[in-house]
This record gives sequence, C-alpha cells and structure tokens, in this order.
Amino acid sequence: MTQIFYSKDHEWVQIGEDGLATIGITDHAQQALGDIVFVELPEPGRNVVAHEACAVVESVKAASDVYAPLTGTVSETNQAIVDEPALINTAAETTAWFFRMRLEDPTAVNALMSKAAYDEFLGSL
Amino acid sequence: MLKTPLDALHRRLGARMVEFAGYEMPLQYTGIMAEHQACREGAALFDVSHMGQAHVANAKAFEALVPGDILGLRPGRQRYTLLLNEAGGIIDDLMVANFGAHLQLVLNAGRKHVDLAHIRAHGVAITPHFERALLALQGPKAAAMLPEGAALRFMDAAALHVAGIACVVTRSGYTGEDGFEIGCAAEDAQALAGLLLERGATPAGLGARDSLRLEAGLCLYGNDIDEGRNPVEANLAWAIARCRRSDWDFLGAAPVRAALEAGPAEKLVGIKVTGRAPARAGAEIRNARGERVGAVTSGCFAPSLNAPVALGYVRADCAAEGTALDLIVRDKPIPGVVAPLPFVPHRYAR
Repeated sequence: MTQIFYSKDHEWVQIGEDGLATIGITDHAQQALGDIVFVELPEPGRNVVAHEACAVVESVKAASDVYAPLTGTVSETNQAIVDEPALINTAAETTAWFFRMRLEDPTAVNALMSKAAYDEFLGSL
Repeated sequence: MLKTPLDALHRRLGARMVEFAGYEMPLQYTGIMAEHQACREGAALFDVSHMGQAHVANAKAFEALVPGDILGLRPGRQRYTLLLNEAGGIIDDLMVANFGAHLQLVLNAGRKHVDLAHIRAHGVAITPHFERALLALQGPKAAAMLPEGAALRFMDAAALHVAGIACVVTRSGYTGEDGFEIGCAAEDAQALAGLLLERGATPAGLGARDSLRLEAGLCLYGNDIDEGRNPVEANLAWAIARCRRSDWDFLGAAPVRAALEAGPAEKLVGIKVTGRAPARAGAEIRNARGERVGAVTSGCFAPSLNAPVALGYVRADCAAEGTALDLIVRDKPIPGVVAPLPFVPHRYAR
C-alpha cells in the first residue's frame, strides 16, 4: 500500500504506481461539512497551483471550496461523486476521491503531512 | 454568548453548536438530512428557546401596531402577524395568541429586543418572558407524541399540563408539518424535552429547521424580510386583515396601502433550480435577456425534493409562476423557474 499524505486544508493525496496523484477530502472534512448534496470538480486538463480553489462541495447549508494540495495538471475526475455526492460522507478517504493530477514536481508531496502528523494537527485545532 | 435552558441536553446529545442571534444553538445532532426526514416522516424536537415570549394585556393598543385582526382573535386562538414601521417596513414577524387575560407574542430571537423597544415606544405595555423555554415538536407523529395537545386544531392555543409540567401550547410551527410549539418555565425544560424524546421524537437542529421552513415557503426574518421590505412585496399581503383594510389605521398603513394599490416593484417568489447546485442567499437573478432582475434571499438543497430551491426578490414583471430565470452561482448561470409556494405542501391539522 502506498503512503497517503495530508494537507492542512484537509485533503489527502495518494501517489499511484503511474505517478499520478489521487486527491480527496479527509474524513474529518466530510464530517465537518455534513450531508453533501453537490460537488463540482475541475475540468481534466486544467492546470492548478497549490492552494488554488479548484473544486466545490455543497452541503444542505453551505458551500465550501476544495483546494489543490499541490501544483500540477488535472488528468481525471471521479464521476461517481458527481452522480452521488453522499458517497463523500461514507467513503471520503477511499472510493470518493475527487480528481487525479500529474504533479509538476513529484517530490513536492514530501512537504505534506503523514497520517500521524495530520492526526496531531487535527488534535491541535 | 447566551445559552438556552436546554444547553446541557444539546451537549449530552452530541450537537454541533453554532452562534445564532447571540445564542449557542444546536446546528445538528446526527445530520441535517436525517433530522429533516424525521420531521417529514415522524416527529422532530427543536429547541427554539432563543425566541422571545412576551405578554401584552392591551389588545386594542397592540392592534394599532400590526395589520392583523387582533380584537377579532378569539380566546384560545393564535395568528401570524407583522410589526411594521412607519414606512410599512417589516420590523418583525410574529405569532400572537389570545389567552384571555393577555396576548402571548412569540418574537424572533434576533429581533425581540428591537420589538420590545418599538412596542414600548408606541405606549403599549409589554412584559418579556425571555427566560422561558420554547420547544417545537413537529411532524406527522407529533400529535401521537403529545396526546395532551391532540384536541387542539391548527392555530389553537391552550395552557395545559404535560406530565405535571405547566405548558403553554399552540398547534403551529415553522416546518409546514403538523405540530406544536410548547412554552414552559426554564427549570422544566430539560424534563419536558426528555419526556418528548422518550416518547420517540428525534432531536433536530437549526440546519433542519431552515431547510424545512424553506421547503414550506416560510420567510426567515433577516433573510427574506426586513425593515426595507413591506408585506406586499414580501408576499404577505394576506396578513393584512380584511377588517383593517377599511380604516387603514395601523402603523405603516398608508405606504402599505399605496404598495397594494400600485403593485410592488419587486416581489418575493419561490424558485425551483435545475441541477443539484444550490443558489445561496445573495446570488444574482437574471431574466432570459440576461438583465439583473433580483437576488436570492434564501437558498438550500431541499432534502424532501432532492433538488435545490430558493426564495428571492425579483422585478414584478418576472414574478409570474413559470417565468424562466437564471441564478448566478460561481459566475455561471443556472436555470430556474418561478414556482408556486410552498415547495412542499403544508400538512396542518386544520
């Protein structure tokens, strides 16, 4: 199993064998958002810069931006969460990934947090 | 920040608390969808103790401040009315119940102190009981869970005892469902709420309360109505009683009458939105020609319709049912259509 990295914006990043980064929101983030009813994902081919707002999730009450955790080019999005946004509430860190991207600098991922560091970060909030 | 008499219960139930009108209130317990559903299918219990209960003895003096028929309100009956300013703007919307010796008012949390000052400034004595608790038991199973109030019909009001607790009960609410609003002394609130939860009510927070009221087409003060809006543009002209339309002697009557005769420049309408992205308060509304014709004042994803809905003010020529409009969400137009209100039919025990 490959390592998963975490951002302070509550996204997770997993690097696949093909070198592509899969990005989703953390379980903590989905819990904080509540029942998710809509998601808008970036177009494949879009270049995003780290910390840039590139997706939107809407709960019954409010809209929230999702930020690109790293710089790169979006290669693929997860239609399953567009069709069934509630999947994000049940499988945020597994099947309910948001998009895949080719990283501009594959080593940049090392600047993100490990699971242990993210858990510690959550404890400090 | 202020706390309601049920604060400890909310925390015990694991509520996520938020600030609302100066109070720490439960936004949700398990989730807005489940709580919304519980209210539409079973019964939900809301803490609305942040709202202000108050008594007024002089119905005639009070009637001069509202467009409703207060002198014609029989004992044991309640009605919805409005406090208006001299320009006809809405200071607050409220419930008034006749308890014989006094009228009971239920005021919005964020407006109750403004209301008190306004009412007193016009020489009407009012006694606040803001320390009292208020619970709302709402849903098709509400009457089964409050058999003590089952004899009441929609908008009836009575003082009665529930398990020995002295309560002031009205058959009304803010969800479009059958149900009750139950006032009691602060020290009795935990016992009363505990009893209703034992009887099977689902605790529900402000999140579900907002999605329920929006589906029911009910205005939220501060979003859909305020002092800059009069009852005619707010679609509340029905709250101007027939008997008050001969003398036009309530505060703000002249501008309201003029608006009624001339027709409002803008009207509050319901809008059904296509797709799944909700248009939130503040979203611009455009007509088919791309002109700005209004703005959304309330918008959410409607759980009972599985689709987004909105309330908003639009130019009067765009207010007819069926009018196609665009709502601008994140710089993109989302098609919508003016829809009849309520979005979800009311199911009151008339």
